[in-house]
Amino acid sequence: MLSSFFIQTLNGLASASTLFLVAVGLSLIFGVTRIVNFAHGALYMLGLYAAYSLIERLGVTPLGFWGGIAGAALAVAVVGALIEMLILRRIYHVPELFQLLATFALTLVIKDAVLWAWGAEDLLGPRAPGLRGSVELFGKPFPQYDLALIAIGPAVLGALWLLLNRTRWGTLVRAATQDREMVGALGVNQKWLFTGVFALGAFLAGLGGALQIPREPAQLFLDLAAISDAFVVVVVGGLGSIPGAFLAAVIIGLIKAYCVGVGTVELFGTTFAFSKLTLVAEFIVMAIVLVLRPQGLLGRPHGLQRVAAAHVEQPLRPAGRALRSAAIVGLAALAALPLATTGYTLVLMIDILVFALFAASLHFLMGPGGMVSFGHAAYLGLGAYGAGLLLKAAGWPMEAALIAAPLVAAAGAAVFGWFCVRLSGVYLAMLTLAFAQIAWSIVFQWDAFTGGSNGIVGVWPAPWLAPRPAYYLLALALCGGAIWLLRRMLFAPFGYALRAGRDSPLRADAIGIDVRRVQWAGFVVAGACAGLAGGLYAFSKGSISPDSTMAVSRSIDALVMVLLGGVQTLSGPVVGAALFTWLQDLVARGTDYWRAVLGGAILVLVLAFPQGIVGALRAWSGAREQR
Amino acid sequence: MLAVRHLDAYYGRAHILADLSLAVGTGEVVVLLGRNGAGKSTTLKCIMGLVRAAGGEIEFAGRRIERMEPYEIAGLGLGYVPEDRRIFTELTVMENLEVGRQAPRAGAPAWTPERLFSLFPNLAEMTDRPGGRISGGEQQMLTIARTLMGNPSCILLDEPSEGLAPVIVDQMAAAIRSLKAEGLSVLLSEQNLHFATEVSDRAYIIEKGRIRFAGTMAALAANEDVRAQYLAV
Repeated sequence: MLSSFFIQTLNGLASASTLFLVAVGLSLIFGVTRIVNFAHGALYMLGLYAAYSLIERLGVTPLGFWGGIAGAALAVAVVGALIEMLILRRIYHVPELFQLLATFALTLVIKDAVLWAWGAEDLLGPRAPGLRGSVELFGKPFPQYDLALIAIGPAVLGALWLLLNRTRWGTLVRAATQDREMVGALGVNQKWLFTGVFALGAFLAGLGGALQIPREPAQLFLDLAAISDAFVVVVVGGLGSIPGAFLAAVIIGLIKAYCVGVGTVELFGTTFAFSKLTLVAEFIVMAIVLVLRPQGLLGRPHGLQRVAAAHVEQPLRPAGRALRSAAIVGLAALAALPLATTGYTLVLMIDILVFALFAASLHFLMGPGGMVSFGHAAYLGLGAYGAGLLLKAAGWPMEAALIAAPLVAAAGAAVFGWFCVRLSGVYLAMLTLAFAQIAWSIVFQWDAFTGGSNGIVGVWPAPWLAPRPAYYLLALALCGGAIWLLRRMLFAPFGYALRAGRDSPLRADAIGIDVRRVQWAGFVVAGACAGLAGGLYAFSKGSISPDSTMAVSRSIDALVMVLLGGVQTLSGPVVGAALFTWLQDLVARGTDYWRAVLGGAILVLVLAFPQGIVGALRAWSGAREQR
Repeated sequence: MLAVRHLDAYYGRAHILADLSLAVGTGEVVVLLGRNGAGKSTTLKCIMGLVRAAGGEIEFAGRRIERMEPYEIAGLGLGYVPEDRRIFTELTVMENLEVGRQAPRAGAPAWTPERLFSLFPNLAEMTDRPGGRISGGEQQMLTIARTLMGNPSCILLDEPSEGLAPVIVDQMAAAIRSLKAEGLSVLLSEQNLHFATEVSDRAYIIEKGRIRFAGTMAALAANEDVRAQYLAV
């Protein structure tokens, strides 16, 4: 028992090293550039693939193996430097969410580049020459390579400490972390500092990936897996804190290893599989840390960073007569659409309507509410599963199940939101991600109730709604109505209070608005609307699965839709959702590399229209009016 | 040395500086006087490239700088000392100086930490202390010392006497006089007329983003109307 405890400890420390390498680069990059680099997981994956090819080329000798790993890390560093110089450098001044969107688009492009260069097969690399065997520890064999990994983590920590504390470059980096504008005013060209930091962060991610080569095959899903692990580590440790990243990596590595070690246990008469907890353990740790110590274990309370120019939101304007008439004409045209076609266009239109509502509900939270959710799919999923389970397991009629969908999601949002409104900014976003991951893994693993990864099939609408035009009109009525309601709410006292809380929580508090309560209510409203979208989605597809409704990628889809349309415009999310869904459908049918095309399109849009499409249109028409 | 001609600047739609012109000669100490919100800090930030000028010209050391990045302007030998000090609180005093260090420049005094410690003796005793753990007066000295490490030929000093104890204000005035003695040009912004009179050769008075008076300190001392209209609280 004790010996297996020690072995699990060593296992945990070995994975902690990898976690640390990925997370510390992310933390460094965020600290200096204030960019949350979503592409960090993709860089990790790139390191793994590059190491595979380099070692194959150089031969599996000690020199070839370690040379290949170093070469892979350096290659990723070069990619990182190029990304910074060609893309990020142009968008440091835009709102941080657009930077996130750009790095997400990079993830898509890198994934397809890897698919193109290495193919879709998993690639298993060689084991390290000289470290192939295992040593006897506590009476059990333990891989020599893992021992080496355990040593590499602290070695990198030490090297980074020396670099940051004992060199001029490191001093400049630490100064820029605190006040980059002042560093510039003292004569330092920040551009090269930023490029250097980004290259270093990419190097560490690439190294982390390359070092995995004997331990796990190179696979295409590793980018998202690595980025969500790295986010968790960085947030638990404290954004920007390097020792914090190490501590958090060790804690999470150990907890995961112990969950595996404990295995299945009888508790109070029921069997409880601890090993299944590995998928969700880190998110539970993150949720606990964020609630108890929002700045992370070793992080400093946020708000210290000087913002060069405070970003002020424009006030929202009610729709003018022209926009109203346009909306009515548009709705009438949409209602008449089934007269023209009952084919695939209608299927696509139902998707667009559902996602327009989903995006509008996220926009309600993000734009006027000022709370960015990285886990909005949780509510879509709760609505879909609520409706599906009430129909299949509880035997409710379809109409009642659909009505219950938003209520189920609202209940979930009330629970998650209660914790989330205690935080703000990136930390809030991370907590929403944590809750979404927890919800996802419960649905994913609870085979008996939710059908696990297979999901639920046979979720069909009632007979009178089964014809496609009927269901389309239902979706149009419900989504249109809900979007109108969301919009109406923004011009009601509740909406004013929500916006006041976003613009100045302190002042809003001082004039008697209970900001947290208002934000909490905002969470519930947004959750309910996303849940309605989820219910409609379930009945339109006939089947639901955790990945189609609740996965991180769904949450990101919604973010992309909102950002494409523009965060501070009311019609933005609808336009963004329509464009995104249509583009995705169009491109996915046209090419295998639809991610790269989509990513490229997003990058072009972000570089060309940093206020989103509707924002750009408005700025353009505003400029014409002024002339 | 430094010349500003017809400068215009906006924050959003608010017109902050209007047709503002001023000049600083080599080795001269010039003060920009005005009340809170008159546009003193914005003028200095515009010169440094931290706020983009909407119109007008800024010339320093024979080069047009109004379109340059702050680091390029600093590289030409113009130093900037911000009003709110902006010390790197997590770096030690010595590291703060290191961030400001640039190569020596022809025609400008060359500084080392040792020379700066003789100018600001308090700092010498706390080289390893984090910048966030020293007093306000010491931070004010450190922010000037940090800028001097770039070996500038001209410095922009934003309200150096603000919030300091009288004895420290006297030290600050002495320091500025010795900088002038080294041949440095100085443009400072101030609300404290007494302090400004002690260190400056000439003054500009700014109100609502416009220059309302330009002249020697003696001329300003003689002109009671101007002082009453633009400086009295």
